[in-house]
Amino acid sequence: MSRLAWAAAQIHGESTARSVRALAAADPTLSSFGHDTWWLIVLKVAFIFVFLLLMTLFSIWAERRIVGRMQQRPGPNRAGPFGLLQPLLDGLKLPLKEDIIPLGVDKILFILAPIISAVPALVSFAIIPFGPEVSIFHHHTPLQLADLPVAVLLVLAMSSMGVYGIVLAGWSSSSPYSLLGALRSSAQVISYEIAMGLSFVAVFLYSGSLSTTAIVSAQAHGGTFHLFGAVGHYPSWFAILLIPSFAIYLVTMIGETNRLPFDLPEGEGEIVGGFHTEYSSMKFALFYLAEYINMTTVAGLAATLFLGGWRAPWPISVWSGANSGWWPMLWFLAKVLILLFGFFWLRGTLPRIRYDQLMALGWKVLIPGSLVWIMMIATIRVWRRQGGSTALYIVGGFVLLLFLGIVWVWETGAERRQAMLAGVPGDEQAAEPDAGLGADQPRQPQGFPVPPLDLPHYHGIGVSVTDHPAAGRTLLDTGTTSNSKEVTGA
Amino acid sequence: MSLYVPILVLAALSAVFAVFSIVMGSLAGPKRWNRAKLSAYECGIQPTPQPLGGGRFPIKYYLTAMLFIVFDIEIIFLYPWAVAFDRLGMFGLVEMVLFIVTVLVAFAYVWRRGGLEWD
Repeated sequence: MSRLAWAAAQIHGESTARSVRALAAADPTLSSFGHDTWWLIVLKVAFIFVFLLLMTLFSIWAERRIVGRMQQRPGPNRAGPFGLLQPLLDGLKLPLKEDIIPLGVDKILFILAPIISAVPALVSFAIIPFGPEVSIFHHHTPLQLADLPVAVLLVLAMSSMGVYGIVLAGWSSSSPYSLLGALRSSAQVISYEIAMGLSFVAVFLYSGSLSTTAIVSAQAHGGTFHLFGAVGHYPSWFAILLIPSFAIYLVTMIGETNRLPFDLPEGEGEIVGGFHTEYSSMKFALFYLAEYINMTTVAGLAATLFLGGWRAPWPISVWSGANSGWWPMLWFLAKVLILLFGFFWLRGTLPRIRYDQLMALGWKVLIPGSLVWIMMIATIRVWRRQGGSTALYIVGGFVLLLFLGIVWVWETGAERRQAMLAGVPGDEQAAEPDAGLGADQPRQPQGFPVPPLDLPHYHGIGVSVTDHPAAGRTLLDTGTTSNSKEVTGA
Repeated sequence: MSLYVPILVLAALSAVFAVFSIVMGSLAGPKRWNRAKLSAYECGIQPTPQPLGGGRFPIKYYLTAMLFIVFDIEIIFLYPWAVAFDRLGMFGLVEMVLFIVTVLVAFAYVWRRGGLEWD
């Protein structure tokens, strides 16, 4: 029996067990889509559009308030109740600012880039389910704009399209900061997109479909177990069933949206604003909008693929009406908001990481890790379904492990060789490079050409005073101590 | 095809919104011409003349893009396999192990040659 039919049978069994009301609003399947009348399509499109804009405004407000609270300051609290109108007023202010198009830019691409960035961000939310079938003006329709046999692929495709916007923005700006920011951003997004795509594979293995409704249905019921005569359910969410996939997805969704601690593309300490350095007014606003919409989308996708979608979490799901009617929208929204809070929490907590660390995490940890995890889960699944010929899987797993071991040994061996070539200081070398600066100086790490950080002339004390560095240091020391005395005395 | 219509409607609405906001932004804002303002951003000095696209950039980014294509193709191969996994059974598993090991050989080569190092 195919997986889809099995899921459908499960749903059927569940709905007959439920109340009459639940029967009237059965879970949607892929065949429930494509029958909407035109006004229903327009209504849903308008809803998603307004929902995304409101979520953006709310996220900006929530982020500023939450990070503010974490840094022991109030955050925006003047415009409207609790400062809720602040992002809206900021948004209204932006079109009234001067729309600067610098002289050297490629005008067409410069104007096109924010559009290419914003449109895919809005489109990818189309396949996120908000709830089961409801009745809107006597029309039975699922609370979801569209579903496709390849629905999740649409999200990945759209996030790849968004990269075009970033690259073109950096390329057309003809500014070094923009170009570097765009390159960093696109390299990061495509690197993390691979790990993200691989983290989905386990979900598709279990749900047997790429359609989001089928994935939500597949998370309706976990396996059953019998304890003291009572029948219990295992957790049905893929987040619990496939914890490594969920963990990988959580990391990649932050990398994918260029948020802290992975916001290297906008590292203002190094490259000003990154790819949108040259943008102002509404063009900048569109990039900003795209970033926050992408956050909402990846959070919605996490809720759909891993957290049971619109289905009520356990204590609430005891109530029989929890998964029918309009209630599921509330559960879905709660899951999305919790994930968004995670974004803000990370921003308030973690510092930015280095770019080589970022790429190493993506390529050397997340990608090989997900590949091994996929192989493991696939082997276990075949094993459990077929039994038999286990020797083959054991041999296969052994070969894979051996292979990864060889890779690991290679990598560490290469590091050791490189360290040897760079000449890691032994004990006898330690004092030599710092001889000119005095023995009390902390030794600089070898291999990086770091200039001494405390030379006298950095402090405005001229080198002309004396040639001897030790004398300069004494001058400096007395200077700083007297300064600090003044400060403490004042 | 009717499955895709709502997505196209949403795309059209988004495009109209994006174009409208850009046009509105360029109409509503003030325009005060100033040579310094219209030059590319630089920290107070004359910006270095840039060829369009900023000239040269580190080859690492190019390499990353090439690697992305390899792995993206792998993902595209993995998705239909994952969906049809229960029907393929053991045959599918063995085939995919062979394929992934093949890709991993290339991956190990790139790793070993320092293609994943950033300095």
